[in-house]
Amino acid sequence: MDYLLTEFQQEIRDLAWEIARDKVMPVAQELDEKNEFPHEIMKILAQSDFFRLFVPEEYGGLVENGKGMLELCLVTEQLARACGGVAVTYAATALGIFPIILYGNEEQKKKYLPRVAEGTLAAFAVTEPSAGSDISAIQTTARKEGDYYVLNGTKHFITNGGEADIYVVIAMTNKAKGPRGASAFIVEKGTPGFEFGKKEDKMGIRASATRELIFNECKVPKENLLGREGMGFIITLKTFDMSRPGVAAQALGIAQGAFDLALDYVRKREQFGRPISSFQGIQWMLADMATKIEAARALVYSVARMADAGHTDIAKESAMAKMFASDVAMEVTTDAVQLFGGYGYMKEYPVEKFMRDAKITQIYEGTNQIQRNVIAQHLIKEALK
Amino acid sequence: MDIIVCIKQVPDTADVKINPETNTLVREGVQSIINPFDMYAIEEGIRLKEKHGGKVIAITMGPPQAESALREAIAMGVDEAILITDRAFAGSDTYATSYTLSRAIDRIANYDLILCGKQASDGDTAQVGPGIATHLDLPQVTYVKKIVSIDEEKAVVERMTEEGYDVVEVSLPALFTVVKEINEPRPPSLRGKMRAKKVEIPRWTAEDLDVDPDKIGLKGSPTQVVKIFTPERTGEHEIIEGESPEEMADKLVEKLLPLLK
Repeated sequence: MDYLLTEFQQEIRDLAWEIARDKVMPVAQELDEKNEFPHEIMKILAQSDFFRLFVPEEYGGLVENGKGMLELCLVTEQLARACGGVAVTYAATALGIFPIILYGNEEQKKKYLPRVAEGTLAAFAVTEPSAGSDISAIQTTARKEGDYYVLNGTKHFITNGGEADIYVVIAMTNKAKGPRGASAFIVEKGTPGFEFGKKEDKMGIRASATRELIFNECKVPKENLLGREGMGFIITLKTFDMSRPGVAAQALGIAQGAFDLALDYVRKREQFGRPISSFQGIQWMLADMATKIEAARALVYSVARMADAGHTDIAKESAMAKMFASDVAMEVTTDAVQLFGGYGYMKEYPVEKFMRDAKITQIYEGTNQIQRNVIAQHLIKEALK
Repeated sequence: MDIIVCIKQVPDTADVKINPETNTLVREGVQSIINPFDMYAIEEGIRLKEKHGGKVIAITMGPPQAESALREAIAMGVDEAILITDRAFAGSDTYATSYTLSRAIDRIANYDLILCGKQASDGDTAQVGPGIATHLDLPQVTYVKKIVSIDEEKAVVERMTEEGYDVVEVSLPALFTVVKEINEPRPPSLRGKMRAKKVEIPRWTAEDLDVDPDKIGLKGSPTQVVKIFTPERTGEHEIIEGESPEEMADKLVEKLLPLLK
């Protein structure tokens, strides 16, 4: 399929794939086994300017303000073809700074975005043990004291937790107001009272760091408030609208990576005296897998282009892309394992990792059930107009 | 610290084809790449610049299409590039090539260090680097696997040998040829690729260089390649098998003794 990418977009995609193939693939299995963070790969990505793709030009980036979504998706997809954990580590930094790009003031942008352009990692911290899909249940508080906000509470399941230097944290400044009492703060690693807790031992995307953040009387300068008090909820929703295409691209890449392995395998594997790719049952599986992947890609690129064209309300479309691409990733990776037969179930072969990596894409950045809620709410709202 | 990196464009294949009539490389239909060993020289140059400041200039002598190798080097982070190209240089052997490159380097004039790959993957001679240093009357260290320390005056480097390494202190400017152990070359950067597309690469011809016309090209080449071929495997081999080393040794001695008579 020709997606009419510009010459620069093609170059971005091709260079991302070269790095994925030459630098990520050879170590993907080891990183997965050891639960090891890909420091070296992040350094290479930074050196090759990939962190500049989600930072506006005036802050050291390579894209016009409000653009770069398609580029981010292209890179995330290519990285995920080699390792879903590496891909999310990269994309989670974009997630971490979207709130600053969208709602930061000039000082905040000047202070943080150039660092990210150079390769400093970022993270977005919303989730808590009892606040997943229900953001209003957030327990972390921020109490104003003079020139500071004092944060208390625990975030968990935070991607890039412990590895990132810049965090955007959602905390309640006025619990009585419910969701409208939430605010967003930029918190730097090393701030007294900000510690890291448990590191999760995950089923998949094991190269990525998922960790607890603990705030204990953590004093954050009042200049680090994003937007105004009470905007935490809307900042979170808008940030996720922007970041879902990235997760969709990650899912797409995982599906493509597993498919590539499966196609290669069935052409080589012989049973009953011929390659198993000559059997129609196998061929039909391949055809279905490839078609689903292409449909997911068309949807993901389309929503990314919508965002780049300046559409501000992309909630429905980005939910559709995330839900569809992640469901496709789960189906395709499961079929890829099936095509490998018994070998597919063995850790010695790379395909089972793709199936484990795929699962999370149906869960994080809003479960696919929540995505369906978002889509349905928009459909009904649009029908009322 | 200003660094000159000498690179060569080579065919991207381990199995180089030779035209049996002309005894030259068949370049048609084969993709061209930067000589893999030169990639380590480029990377080391960029690393030294990042650490000590200054600039990196890549130079190559070759046909006009060798310009693409220089653009690749710029995409990796090299600052400037110069293409040394002229019909008069055609047919140069390693002597004429190193002479011509040394004249180009002499024209650049300001440099602290010259870096080359240990050898080219097509010719495999490993002579051009040392040749340049000789023409320029500069100290050279070949097979450098690590630059331990370096300043304006001197460098301490580790030079790979078959059984270990030498630690060499050398005054600058000097020429090093480097081995793959020295670093891991980086992929290009997006900004580098953008710059590589636009940057103008000057072309220096024989006229631009202060060269002795008798020392360049075919005329200036004291060696001629008469024939290049893959040597045929000669001689027989036999694998001696046996239950124990002693038994195999006995069998070997039985076979060797008659040959000594």
